[in-house]
Amino acid sequence: MIRRLVILFLAPLSLCAVAALAQESPDALVKRVSEDVLASIRADKDLQAGNQAKVKELIESKLVPHFDFTRMTALAMGRNWRSATPEQQKQLTDQFRTLLVRTYSGALSNYRDNTIDYKPLKMNPGDNEVTVRTEVRRPSQSPVPIDYSMEKTADGWKAYDIIVAGVSLVTTYRDEFGDIIKTSGIDGLVKALGDKNRGPAPK
Amino acid sequence: MNALHHILTPALAAVLLAGCAATPSRVDPLEPWNRAMYSVHETVDTAVIKPVAQAYVRNTPDPVRTGVSNFFGNIDDLFSGINDVLQGKANRAGDAFGRVLLNSTFGIAGIFDLASMAGIPKDKNDFGLTFGKWGAPDGPYLFIPLFGPTTVRDGTGWLVRIYTSPIGYIDEWAVRWSLWGLGYLDTRAQLLDSETVLDTAALDKYRFLRNAYLRSRRYQLYEGNPPPETEE
Repeated sequence: MIRRLVILFLAPLSLCAVAALAQESPDALVKRVSEDVLASIRADKDLQAGNQAKVKELIESKLVPHFDFTRMTALAMGRNWRSATPEQQKQLTDQFRTLLVRTYSGALSNYRDNTIDYKPLKMNPGDNEVTVRTEVRRPSQSPVPIDYSMEKTADGWKAYDIIVAGVSLVTTYRDEFGDIIKTSGIDGLVKALGDKNRGPAPK
Repeated sequence: MNALHHILTPALAAVLLAGCAATPSRVDPLEPWNRAMYSVHETVDTAVIKPVAQAYVRNTPDPVRTGVSNFFGNIDDLFSGINDVLQGKANRAGDAFGRVLLNSTFGIAGIFDLASMAGIPKDKNDFGLTFGKWGAPDGPYLFIPLFGPTTVRDGTGWLVRIYTSPIGYIDEWAVRWSLWGLGYLDTRAQLLDSETVLDTAALDKYRFLRNAYLRSRRYQLYEGNPPPETEE
């Protein structure tokens, strides 16, 4: 009974929280999500051991909603994006999203001992695009700068690129995609991504 | 002998195949050769070095491995400091030499990274970047088996470092070579995690690694503000 009452009272609270999140600034969003994910990893032995199902669930529920995969795919495609049919664009976005989720699923358990330093945000009022800068500190190693390119959407701020130590995810894939499209066309790229995603997850 | 044969035959086959597939470009004029070297590397690494590194990680307690990494990290700091000086970065040189001093003494030859605990930041610097600051161009990209991605300039930097490393001054050859070996193993073991990322992320591992290497070096050279790349 008490539990039900508690839920009843908590429900409107969580609605308030959702409303507050809609106006959350991009740097606050990055911080909240990063700390949330780090806390989850630190608290869960399965995640630390790299339990793929659980890691994937964590990524899908906590990280994926904050990324704009369509824009990431469009940027990675460069000028080839416009020559792709809407159907191809959808397939590419789905495959690219799967690839990125898989990659992060393999890597996330390594982050347990990391701490993140959040740099002050340089942003003018009315900006719809910003870069949120962070620095990941690892024990006894030099820190790695990780920047997030973010855009304002009706659905809150979303990331469309991650730049790790100066290496942009989107640009790196633009090279990959461009070379494949040159030799085997857009369908060739869809196929290459599909094959990659169907392959075994490396251990 | 037989084992070597097993390693070399697929390696040679891969070299021939890779050589055909690649066409050189402006970023990588030696691509066919590099891809061949990459195949050799992959074959030897998969057969021998990676399993040894994995066994090392599995069978060595974490604190011991951390101590080993710190020991070699202390030598890294020494070279970072030297290159900070060569590039006229007094503050960073101070941090680097402060770290070496603290860790070499109270940290017992670098095994304990007291400097990090004391909050002295660790930064990387190397001869390749120094040569770059002095105006030396990268030169062609190179993939060297059992060493990894580099360029003519960065590779030259590494040669300078290997020739001047304190480990080279150890008289006892057994100790000297054990330390070279352990340092290599430590580096390889540290790469196991990022390698998983590369395996999952890359459609073409050779190309992915090359582009990531060249971009990240550019970023380091320009200290986080590289000029925009020219479109091809």
